[in-house]
Amino acid sequence: MHMSTPAFITPEALGAPALAPEIAASVRPSAAWRRLVTHRSAVVGLAVMSIYAVAAIFGPIVFPFNPGQSHLIDVFLAPGQQGHLLGTDNLGRDELLLLIYGSRYTLSLGLMAVALGLVVGVPLGAISGYFGGWADIVIQRLTDILLAFPPIVLALGLIAGLGVGLRNVVIAVGLSSVPSFIRLVRADALRLRELPFVEAAVALGVPHWLILVRHVIPNALAPVIVQATLSMGFAILLAASLGFFGLGVQFPTPEWGQMLGEARNYIFSDPNLATIPGLAIFAAVLAFNLVGDGLRDALDPRLN
Amino acid sequence: MITYVARRVLASVPTLWGVATVVFVMARLLPGDPARVIAGVLASPEDVERIRQSMGLDKPLLVQYGTFLGSLLRLNLGVSAHTNAPVVEEIGSRLPYTIELAVVALVLAVSGGLLAGVAAAIRRNTMLDLLISSFSVFGVSMPVYWLGLMMIIVFAIDFHLLPAAGADDPASILMPAVTLALFSLGLIARMTRSSMLEVLGQDYVRTARAKGAPFRSVVFRHALRNALLPIMTVIGLQFGALLGGAVVTETVFAWPGVGRLLIDSIFFRDYPVVQGLVLMFGTTFVVINLLVDLLYAYVDPRIHYT
Repeated sequence: MHMSTPAFITPEALGAPALAPEIAASVRPSAAWRRLVTHRSAVVGLAVMSIYAVAAIFGPIVFPFNPGQSHLIDVFLAPGQQGHLLGTDNLGRDELLLLIYGSRYTLSLGLMAVALGLVVGVPLGAISGYFGGWADIVIQRLTDILLAFPPIVLALGLIAGLGVGLRNVVIAVGLSSVPSFIRLVRADALRLRELPFVEAAVALGVPHWLILVRHVIPNALAPVIVQATLSMGFAILLAASLGFFGLGVQFPTPEWGQMLGEARNYIFSDPNLATIPGLAIFAAVLAFNLVGDGLRDALDPRLN
Repeated sequence: MITYVARRVLASVPTLWGVATVVFVMARLLPGDPARVIAGVLASPEDVERIRQSMGLDKPLLVQYGTFLGSLLRLNLGVSAHTNAPVVEEIGSRLPYTIELAVVALVLAVSGGLLAGVAAAIRRNTMLDLLISSFSVFGVSMPVYWLGLMMIIVFAIDFHLLPAAGADDPASILMPAVTLALFSLGLIARMTRSSMLEVLGQDYVRTARAKGAPFRSVVFRHALRNALLPIMTVIGLQFGALLGGAVVTETVFAWPGVGRLLIDSIFFRDYPVVQGLVLMFGTTFVVINLLVDLLYAYVDPRIHYT
């Protein structure tokens, strides 16, 4: 018997039982939503997420500001000084404004990376599980190979090849979330292809691609939603670490990881500069992890 | 058993080959001309051409691929563009630091994670459980680089208790190891908790309690031993994850391991070293996976070695 081991941050690896697909499929969205909003930690996560979303969408409209603009007489102000709620950085830029502008980059990096993971991973997983045979073997081998690299090493290797910048960070981070989606959807597709409604569709002569799009993928979505939420947290963490190394989004773009990397140079003179963007990253990742956990519980009524 | 081991070992060969291929392709993604980069800005066209020929970059891709695989089998990873030393030596001189860091972190993560997980499971739905569960979510959400900086601020700058960076002092390993361990500790604690809860609900545990076995021995002898199987997989995978985490931790604490070498090499555009390191990380992961699978089959008698 071949034991395949999940090497990525799958729900199993996170220590929680995987969402059983046959149960997830039977949960109505309205019931799941009701359970989610009564899940205490998930609500905390949702609240943090909404604050970030508001800041990212409306912040730059309310506070027009050029992040590249420095004010060299106001450098290293402590929080609260001269009307700067969170103080200023080494270039005299307001930390709060930088955070607000940075939320756009950090959150959209996460979103785009996970979107890439979904767009690549879900169809491949569905094909792998539904068709089986050679397609399955090839896709699973490729997944194994991708999983062999720790995500940060894979991302750094790609950045070393492709160069820095927003687009390449999305590619590097997105690629590392692909395997978990392939594995999840494959497992569901394997189960779904044996079910009567899929057999009926085959018997009626529905083309395979249409069966995949109409029947297989939609019925495999519940665990994918949970994983996508958890992946968002991980993608933010990974993208910010690239920024921290100076290998992600480049100065003067105020991405949180990049801000933290800059702050490292002033850690002795102004530790606040390192504390603040780090807290922002931590809270964002925590929020996605809490909501992801909440979603898993909400979609799996057995746990209640 | 021997057939199982042989099959499992053989099964990882294509993966290793794939890992090498990915690294080869990655190196060919480079925009621009590796020979040019290695020669430096001031080199004459003749020098660049000479380097191109000595690296075999003027040959067709398939030939380059063949040479690449051939030299890998002889453990020849090329020469560092920065120091001119063989890449294998460069990595070899840094690897002990990373292994030391990862092993200390793994010991911390496993002992802490198992204890916390067991405690949370037997005190289910109490304050202690809530505390441990929150701690493990915090652990997996914490940006490692940030935690490292915070520890430097508190323990090195504010209280002057521990050295902020480097590996000169025996106490230097404390902060990086704790920082590195936290993520895995959180995961192992969560895994242990859910695995223990499942086992504690089994009939044989109730039977053991009913026949009057002391609580402590039921928890550790009956429950934990059976709960350990799924946890083992996670622990094995965590060693790989720790190696990845070491990249970040080593950079924050200026720990002279392979992780920091990777970051430095990217900045030096020392592609042979980057390539060698990515290959090393990938191979290590595959080998650890293999060992975990074999160990699993050895420990769990329900797995048939066919």
